[in-house]
Amino acid sequence: MQIEVIINDKAMALRVGKAEFLADALRRYGFCSVRKGCDTTCCGLCSVWIDGQPTLSCAVLAIRVDGKTVTTLEGVAAEAEAFAKVLAAEGAEQCGFCSPGFIMTVLAMKRELTAPSDEEIIHYLTGNLCRCTGYMGQLRAVKTYLGVAKDA
Amino acid sequence: MRNVSKSVPKTDALPLALGKPVYTEDLADANALVVKILRSPHAFARIKQIDASKALKLEGVACVLTHNDVPDVRFTLAGQSYPEPSPYDRLVLDPIVRYVGDEVAIVAAVDEKTAVKAMKLIKVDYEVYQAVLDFEKAAGAASIIHPESDLHCNFDIGMKQMENVVSTHKTEVGDVEAVLAECAVVVEETYHTQAQAHAMMETYRAFSHLDHTGRLVVVSSTQIPFHVRRQLARALQIPASRIRVIKPRIGGGFGGKQTGVVEMFCAIVTLKTGKAAKIVYDRKETFGCTTSRHAMKLTVRLGADLEGYIRAVDIQGLSDTGAYGEHASTVFAVVGDKTLPLYNKTKAVRFYGQVVYTNKMPAGALRGYGATQGGFALESAVNKLAVVLKVDPAELRLKNLIREGETSVTGKTINSSALDRCIITGKELIGWQEKYPTRKECGAGKVRGVGMAVTMQGSGIAGIDTAAAEIRWNDDGNYTLLIGSTDMGTGSDTILAQMAAEVLDAELDSIIVHAADTDVSPYDPGSYASSTTYVTGMAVVKAAQELKQKIMEQAALHLAADAADLVWEREEIRTLRGDKRIELISLANLLVSGRGKMQLSGTATHGSPVSPPPFIAGFAEVEVDLATGKVAVVEYVSVVDCGTVINPNLARIQVEGGTVQGIGMALTEDVRYDRRGMMQTNSFMQYKIPSRKDVGEIKVAFEASHEPTGPFGAKSVGEVVINTPPPAIAHAVYNATGVWITELPILPEKVWQAVQKKQGNEE
Ligand code: FES
Ligand code: FES
Repeated sequence: MQIEVIINDKAMALRVGKAEFLADALRRYGFCSVRKGCDTTCCGLCSVWIDGQPTLSCAVLAIRVDGKTVTTLEGVAAEAEAFAKVLAAEGAEQCGFCSPGFIMTVLAMKRELTAPSDEEIIHYLTGNLCRCTGYMGQLRAVKTYLGVAKDA
Repeated sequence: MRNVSKSVPKTDALPLALGKPVYTEDLADANALVVKILRSPHAFARIKQIDASKALKLEGVACVLTHNDVPDVRFTLAGQSYPEPSPYDRLVLDPIVRYVGDEVAIVAAVDEKTAVKAMKLIKVDYEVYQAVLDFEKAAGAASIIHPESDLHCNFDIGMKQMENVVSTHKTEVGDVEAVLAECAVVVEETYHTQAQAHAMMETYRAFSHLDHTGRLVVVSSTQIPFHVRRQLARALQIPASRIRVIKPRIGGGFGGKQTGVVEMFCAIVTLKTGKAAKIVYDRKETFGCTTSRHAMKLTVRLGADLEGYIRAVDIQGLSDTGAYGEHASTVFAVVGDKTLPLYNKTKAVRFYGQVVYTNKMPAGALRGYGATQGGFALESAVNKLAVVLKVDPAELRLKNLIREGETSVTGKTINSSALDRCIITGKELIGWQEKYPTRKECGAGKVRGVGMAVTMQGSGIAGIDTAAAEIRWNDDGNYTLLIGSTDMGTGSDTILAQMAAEVLDAELDSIIVHAADTDVSPYDPGSYASSTTYVTGMAVVKAAQELKQKIMEQAALHLAADAADLVWEREEIRTLRGDKRIELISLANLLVSGRGKMQLSGTATHGSPVSPPPFIAGFAEVEVDLATGKVAVVEYVSVVDCGTVINPNLARIQVEGGTVQGIGMALTEDVRYDRRGMMQTNSFMQYKIPSRKDVGEIKVAFEASHEPTGPFGAKSVGEVVINTPPPAIAHAVYNATGVWITELPILPEKVWQAVQKKQGNEE
């Protein structure tokens, strides 16, 4: 069936399967920043925004976004790059497979929270797993990026 | 130094972070056939009959392959240099299935839906056998897991095939029993370490196609492209010259991708159909149908004299390799290799035992590779010894540890070690003086304690694995560094480029790194055994030195000067007096042109006769909730000696990441099966890797040493970092609660029960 979506500020008509999940549909249409790491809504790799809200696209049927706006990492490239540079400077960009979902959540958090504490940051990002970095470097990068690092 | 020991960002960091199409699945042909595997529902059975005719008739199905359609040659999927020490005990598809999830048929169709539909149409008749699930009962069990007559071992690894014993091993120096009998204090304990999953975020995947010359091209998320090529040649019975393996960016490996898992399935489909094919394992398959860490049971006996010198170390082990013997003997040997030399006041040491087959998912390589299991047992026993001797465990270690320049009783000479300083720094960072051994009451039924452990690993496989590197000087004065090692995300490509740039006094961005493609890259066994920085790094240094010398010679010719009179500084080469000079870029241009007729390159192969150990001291502070038994890590300190740190930021992340993986192993991660051999932990719901909330605060420090056999003094860092959390956390739990947990993971129910039991005894 066909759905009408605004993806990354562009109106698009997608042909999707009845039981197809948004993550798969987005990948099929070339939004390869969308990754999947689990089948059980545990890892956060597939995080995109639906109407501005960070959402697990592996758990949303594609037909459900008919008439909505979807934002993937490709749609916030400049902002993502600004954070990615901080992440890279920290050395906390490892295999990178978790990064798009992680960055989408970080950018959403930036919109939602002002001057969050460590606990608030950790809480906000808990759904985003990473097996490589051990999280500490990501936390340092987020704090630097948000300007809440002690020495920032 | 200009490039080495600098925290430069990874050269590929931005494209990775920004979700560019750089991973295997992103690169696959959109029209590739989708490959799916029909799997065994039984832990142990023989396929009496298999009928795929209905599936084959389904529209969109390209092929269905059963054990009747594949070559009849056994092989191993272990990523090891030829001749592999792992037994050749596999077929692409075997009429005997040996665990729930073992492969029964390969289906390829135009899309996933059709492939799944086709799988359901395959009829299989099984003769079900009695499965062997308890590895302590596997040796000599009535069921013989590998009864086949064509199983082959390249070496004598002590296999007793008809007894389900894959490998028997013994290392002994001195008379352990006699020394133990003389010891004033002997502690003995049996430890269990569980199967752990790699849980890298990118699951296993590969795709394949035939190129314009009809050669098989396999693109795979693998740590071992050259070994995969060899495996495919044998498994599919085609010449290796007809195969090309390409490794794009990898979404994590941790040793899992040191085993060839999926490549043969899509490759055989491409060979049979002539079409492009791709296979992507889902998370369930990745958990349930690949490999895990070898679960082990290790009984340790430590003997010490009254002055606190450890005189005897005796470890008896049993290891569970599951259905196939990948890495069975080698992981087991490492248990002894990385424990027996650690304490060097010993007079006798021994490590011995067996590895057995069971009807569970095979075990394989996983970061730490036996040192993790051995480290938990030995270090837990040392902590227990400290309690018996009533000494500070940090002091006990400082008194007994092998030191720089010493040779262990097993004959291992340590050229570099800062482990003593690692311990001292770690004590300061965790506040050992104030916190040990006092248990701290935190109110609400919570108590805190600290614990510690030290471990060692290796750097590369001594005398076996060799890596080659080639570096070309291009017409524009840039360099292309060709290597066959595989950056799994750790930044090894960047680190190797830093080394090349250092030798050539070049800017980092003038080094183009190409890895890995078996058609183009020089041979490298791949990235495992903590070898890339140390072994491949040395090959890069040598290749760059060779190129540098060639460039100097050419500069001398062009300047009509004596090469010995020349200095190379940044962008130019000039005579000492400075009267003649040539810019590198002009020289590069001249060389490839009609005048020079010379493409310069440096090539080197390096293999090390030694595998110098990196060391780590780990300190944990935990909080135990006595009402539930739940253990939370408050703080973890990892202090590492990896020789010279080539890139401090990247090394630090390695330490943090490995520490967290170790915390997972210590507290929550556990591959479990039910009574019928079905894996219960095949999703992230049941298999708990640490999240951000589970790790407390991690502090990292380095104590540099200088390893004379390593590039710029470097050793490895990737693996050693996972080893200390299990024993250090178990120790901290003891100091908080007074109970020793000897079986990993340290689950709340185990702590709670042990505490109850202890209180019962005290009342
Ligand atoms: S893929 Fe894991 S949460 Fe969506
Ligand atoms: S960087 Fe590899 S999973 Fe996060």
